[in-house]
Parts: sequence; C-alpha cells; structure tokens
Amino acid sequence: MLSFLRELFEFIRVRKKFWLIPIFLVFFIFGGLIVLTEGSAVAPFIYTLF
Amino acid sequence: MYILGISAYYHDAAAAIIHNDKILAAAQEERFSRIKHDSSFPSNAIKYCLDEVGIDILSVEHVVFYDKPFLKFERLLETYLSFVPIGFLSFSKAIPIWMKEKLFQKYLLVKKLQELDEQFSKDKLLFSEHHLSHAASAFFASPFDEALILTMDGVGEWTSTSLAVGKGNDIRIQKEIDFPNSLGLLYSAFTYYCGFKVNSGEYKLMGLAPYGQPKYADLITSSLIDIKEDGSFRLNQKYFNYCVGLTMTSNRFSALFGSPIRKEGQQLTQFHMDVAASIQLVVEKIVIKLANAAQIETGLKNLCLAGGVALNCVANGKLLKEEIFDEIWIQPAAGDAGGAIGCALAAYHMHLKKPRFPVRPDSMQGSYLGPSYASEVVSSELQAAGAIFHEMSHDEMIDWTASQLVRDRVVGWFQGRMEFGPRALGGRSILANPKSDSMQKQLNLKIKYRESFRPFAPSILIEDLQAWFELDAASPYMLLVSSIREEHCKKLTDDEREISGTERLNITRSLIPAVTHVDYSARIQTVHSDTNPEFHRLISKFKEKSGCPILVNTSFNVRGEPIVGSPLDAFKCFMGTEMDVLVIGDYVLKKEDQNHDLINDYRDTFDLD
Repeated sequence: MLSFLRELFEFIRVRKKFWLIPIFLVFFIFGGLIVLTEGSAVAPFIYTLF
Repeated sequence: MYILGISAYYHDAAAAIIHNDKILAAAQEERFSRIKHDSSFPSNAIKYCLDEVGIDILSVEHVVFYDKPFLKFERLLETYLSFVPIGFLSFSKAIPIWMKEKLFQKYLLVKKLQELDEQFSKDKLLFSEHHLSHAASAFFASPFDEALILTMDGVGEWTSTSLAVGKGNDIRIQKEIDFPNSLGLLYSAFTYYCGFKVNSGEYKLMGLAPYGQPKYADLITSSLIDIKEDGSFRLNQKYFNYCVGLTMTSNRFSALFGSPIRKEGQQLTQFHMDVAASIQLVVEKIVIKLANAAQIETGLKNLCLAGGVALNCVANGKLLKEEIFDEIWIQPAAGDAGGAIGCALAAYHMHLKKPRFPVRPDSMQGSYLGPSYASEVVSSELQAAGAIFHEMSHDEMIDWTASQLVRDRVVGWFQGRMEFGPRALGGRSILANPKSDSMQKQLNLKIKYRESFRPFAPSILIEDLQAWFELDAASPYMLLVSSIREEHCKKLTDDEREISGTERLNITRSLIPAVTHVDYSARIQTVHSDTNPEFHRLISKFKEKSGCPILVNTSFNVRGEPIVGSPLDAFKCFMGTEMDVLVIGDYVLKKEDQNHDLINDYRDTFDLD
C-alpha cells in the first residue's frame, strides 16, 4: 500500500494535479466503505470508458 | 532480449512477445477462453507466447502494459467533476470498480504474473501510454524508416486521436485530440443509435452504409460535430451521453434525427441505412482532412494507421484513393489487442533506445503470429472428438479442396498459425466460391447465422489484383475497400435500379456476386505466396479450375463466437453449421461422413454480437 501511495503521489506531482489530493482522500475513505459494503461491482454495459 | 506486451481489462485482451525487434508470437485471449472480446487478464495468451518461444516468464526482460491506469483515472475524475451533479449513477458504478481493482492494476498485474512464477519481479513491469502503444504498433511494425502516424480510437487515457512522426527508433507525438471529442465514440454513438452493440457492431454499421444515401451528413456536421480545416473536431456534448451516462446518445440526439433508438431485433429501415451512410461519409471526410493537413505540415510521404477507427476499411480505401501519401501501412491488429505488440516494441526502441531495422513488406509476417498445431495433435484432437477424417498428400488436399469450392461447397479452412487481429486471413477461414449467386445469403443465414445484409470479403492472388479491382496497393490484412473493375460488373436493368434497401442484395452485380457489395465495393485481401503459401496455392488451383483467382473469405466462426483457435473448436463449429467440408492441415472431413449424433445446434451457443 505504501508503494502504491508513493506512486500515486509521484503521478500527482508529475502531472501537477495537487488539487486531486483531497478528492483522492475522500475517495479512499468513502470508496473503501462502498467497496466493503457492496457485494459486487457491476460494470455498466455501455462502452468501457471505465 | 525478450519483451512481453500485454493489453487487458478494457476490450480485447492480448499478449505478444518480441525478441529484440522481431515479433515472435501474439494472440488474443478470446481465442482461448472462447469469450468474444474477452478483456480479462490474458493468462492463456501469455502462456501460449512463452510456450511458442520456449521460455518462462523469468527469461523475459520486461513486461509492458499498453495503457496507464492512473492517467485514465484522472480523466474519469475530471470528467465526472466537470459534469457534476449529473452522472452520479455512472459515477457510483465506475468508482467502486476502480477502488476495488483498476487503480491497483500494477499490483494486480504483478500478482497474475507471479502466478506464472513467484520469482517474477515487479521492477520488470513497464507501462506505455495507450495511443503511444497504438502508434508504436503501426510505425515500428511498418516498413518505413520515417512516417506520419495517425491513431484514432474511442479513447485511451485522455487521447482519442493522435498525430505523430515516427523516425528510426523514435516516435514524437505532434498533436492530440482528447476525450470527450472522439471519432471512435462518434461512430459508436451511431452504432448504438442504429441498434447494434457498441464495440462490436461498428462493422455492421459500415456494411449497412452502402445501402443508404448520406442524407443526414449536413445535419451531423452542422449540429453534432464542428470540423476544422485541419481535420480537428469538437463534438457537441448536448447530443451525447457517454461522458457521464450509461447510454451513448442523449434524448436530443434522437430528437435531432426524428426517430427513437432502434431496438435490437427491430426492422432495419431505409432511415437507418441513410444514417449509416451519413456518419460513414462524415468519418471519411475527417480522416482525409486530418491526414491531408498533417501531410502538408510535415511533408512526410508515408502514413501509418492504428486504433479502432483504422479498422474502418472503407475510410482507409477512400484515404488511399486521395493519393496524399506514397504508401499507407495499417496495423492489422489496429484495435486494442494490437497495443500488446505496440507497447512491447515501444519499450524496446524508445525506453531501451535500441535501433530499428525496418523490413519489407513489414514485420507482422502476414499477422500469422498465433498457435499452429502439429498433424499428430490435430489427429488426436479429432479422434477424441469422434470425427471421421482422412489424410491426403499435400498436393491432393489442395486439388480436392479447390474442386469442392468449384462445386459451391463451403469449406472450413484451418492451416498453419492463427491470425493476430480481428480478421481471418486464410489461417482460420471459411471459404467459398465467389461466382455463386446464392452464396452470400447461404453463408450469412446457414453458416454464420448473421444478418443477411452483411457483405463478404474476397481473397485474391496479389498477381491478379489489378485485373479485378480498382486498387494498385497490396492489402494483405483486408483493411482496404475498393471497387470491382467495370469489365467484371453487370449493368443493372431499369427494374433492378428501382429496388431499394436490403432487397438490392438479390441482384447479381458482377461475375463475383458473393463478394460484391451493393455499391460494387469489396473489402479486399491480397494473398501473397511468401506470407501464406498454402492459401496462395489453393486460390491458384481454384483459378486453374474455375478461371477465377478469388475466393470468398470469412472468419471461421458463427455470429458472436470468437474465431476458432484449435482443431477442436473448428470441428465443433463445422458440426454446428451447414458447412460442407473441413480441411485441417492435410486432414479432410466431409459433413456427410460424420456421425449425425455429433451435429449440434450451434447458433445459440454464443451470445449474439
């Protein structure tokens, strides 16, 4: 996890997208909750943009 | 030095292995898993690549992934933010997938590769940008030392269209058009609107276009897309919904054309044909403008194409006809699968800065990069399946197969290495006599179980190309459409001219009606004795017997099925359709000899595409 966070920060630094940090923080907190509470993530049937 | 390229998790997962700058093997996962457009990690394809070369994963210097997940996630977040609060539904579906898996793709890849050998080090893993992978697959595999590279697809990370210059062992991106402005997504939106499946029905839309008139082209260019002189474009997002919705088009799109989205199975009307013709014309114009402006700017004489839009062979044919470039080379696996080759080559030439030595005609080796089967394996697989077959000498097999084709029998043709990319090029093909009036219908309805309007492609000996088609460039990968020469066409009567819609199919238009589309065009494959000698010999023998150097060539599968990979897949498909004859290597199988209990109803085995 630590190396993942390091890589993510490096990505943000290179792309100069520091404003993404609070969004990522919220995501990791709430996203983690969503994942924990959801049985399966069903991909939308439409074009795989995700 | 071995480098393994991987494309996965979005569309067509694939693996490719190179040794220095030589492509040794490549295959799509769908051919092994039997799931069309399988996007899962290509374990089977990787295993095949390593087995083909005879090494294990530890002997590979680098494994390269064709796409950058963090960049893609950035695009996703910024897109949702720019539309907030619209798109919450799509957001709530997408984010869990990313939080659960896709954001941690590097670790997922390492885990999967360590399943092959736990000693595999994550330091060997590299990532290439999506459009760089496409560009590299087009340029590094091409015969050119210097060329303009145009890549166009739905979307990669941010980029949907890129213009680059390739020189020696380097590629420099010159211009990019970013999501949500995308030629691929525009075409897919129309595919969706006409009731076909996005990401697989685009071919159908292209095949439908010649039945219509481009009545809506002006409407498209005035409302949906703003095209500049240099071919750059901007889509009017009012009419689309793919950014944050779960559909491709918005209600305004349907209102603009005055008709709701066609539902699957609903009748195709002249309206849908006209819409298909219109978007096809618009896409052709954009591709030509983009290429033309870039040629003027760079002065380069050769062009390389890749990305899903480069599979639009009608647009490719029109571009060639414009004579903007001396030569055009199109990557046969232009879609995402080809990214596996591209990222491996990009790592070798650009990351490791290794020299490049372009070869002619190209380094794809006819795209025959997949598995082949020794005759003892074929015979044991067939025996185990209960097939009745017998072996012929090679010459006898060629002669017998050609005779069967002359008698209008439909032949399953399984020879040598499997093709890499979406087209069957005479390795895993269904072949037939193009001179037969009823063959097109018979193949569509009784063999392929697909829509009757869809055309079939001709495979022609390269030596006879100019005698039959208005094309003077080789098209070994079936990626160019051209017209049949006038002397082989039949003049229509006044009554025939009155016929519209799919009824036009019933008119015999040329000496080769099975491969003549309603606009006298054909998606041509030129067959070369150096890349596919067996297929070349077969067509030559057919020519000797019939006077015609052309065969109908369609992929060896039914609608919704991946092209057959193994002899067993071929036998199952043979027994599940009304194919008359199956030829695998020098083994021949006649339908009438087979055990009738083995005949299965094959058409419901695969989900329709």
